[in-house]
Amino acid sequence: MKIIGGDGMPIEVLLVEDSPGDVRLTQEAFRDANSSIHLSVASDGVEAMAFLKHTGAHANSPRPDLILLDLNLPKMDGREVLAHIKENDELKTIPTVILTTSDAESDIVKSYQLQANCYLTKPVQLDAFEALVKSINDFWLTKAKLPQQRQTV
Amino acid sequence: MKPIFPTTLLLVEDSPGDVRLTQEAFREANQAVRLHVAWDGAEAMAFLNRQGANINAPRPDLILLDLNLPKMDGRQVLAQIKEDANLKTIPTVILTTSVAEADIDKSYRLQANCYLNKPVELEAFEALVKSINDFWLTRVKLPQQRPVG
Repeated sequence: MKIIGGDGMPIEVLLVEDSPGDVRLTQEAFRDANSSIHLSVASDGVEAMAFLKHTGAHANSPRPDLILLDLNLPKMDGREVLAHIKENDELKTIPTVILTTSDAESDIVKSYQLQANCYLTKPVQLDAFEALVKSINDFWLTKAKLPQQRQTV
Repeated sequence: MKPIFPTTLLLVEDSPGDVRLTQEAFREANQAVRLHVAWDGAEAMAFLNRQGANINAPRPDLILLDLNLPKMDGRQVLAQIKEDANLKTIPTVILTTSVAEADIDKSYRLQANCYLNKPVELEAFEALVKSINDFWLTRVKLPQQRPVG
């Protein structure tokens, strides 16, 4: 079984999140769960799109294997980022997981309409947050088959 | 945290052995799962569109879709689900023996929610079903809204 990252290449995860506390917790939880993850952070929607399109300061950014996307973001909203990803032929195959505090039904439905790959709510409790990050690692980075193709820059 | 209401799953699978194993593994993993089976792609679409004998078919919370199916291919079923404004919000998980990169890429391109490879080993198959239950039916927020009518 071919596992992403199993060939010595790190698993590239892009976290799009504006809360420094949540970024820190996610980094620490992934470090505990899987040492072959390389986590990049974009702190708003515009930076996320620059990272994905290799523009500006992100000319050498890696193509993520998985994107974790918050919905409420400065500059460009997470829903808009999601729509851009899923409308783009190059980017649409990257699994994009919504990770947000919102459990509003309208946000859940809208995200699936925009073809989010799945929708997760951020728990407030620290233990539950760590367990959620571990479950993302166990399911998406261990069980699921992700597209292997990397763009040659 | 277990779902209180029954969770409706549609399994689209033509192999009787795989259907049986999936039913048994879900029975072990989660009593609240109601698993419906469509044996080919045409039957899957009739179930989802409530045609013919499927007039009272429930809307699935999650679809498990094999790729290689009689009558209508899984790729075509996936494309029809994701082109339908009403059906596209149902998370659709590809569950197939194919590990071909072309199938993986094509499935994500057609907006499969995720792609899983069916293991041959029985224990690994049961573990995979358990992980589908643990992740998709426990962690993930699925759309609750059912269209009226």
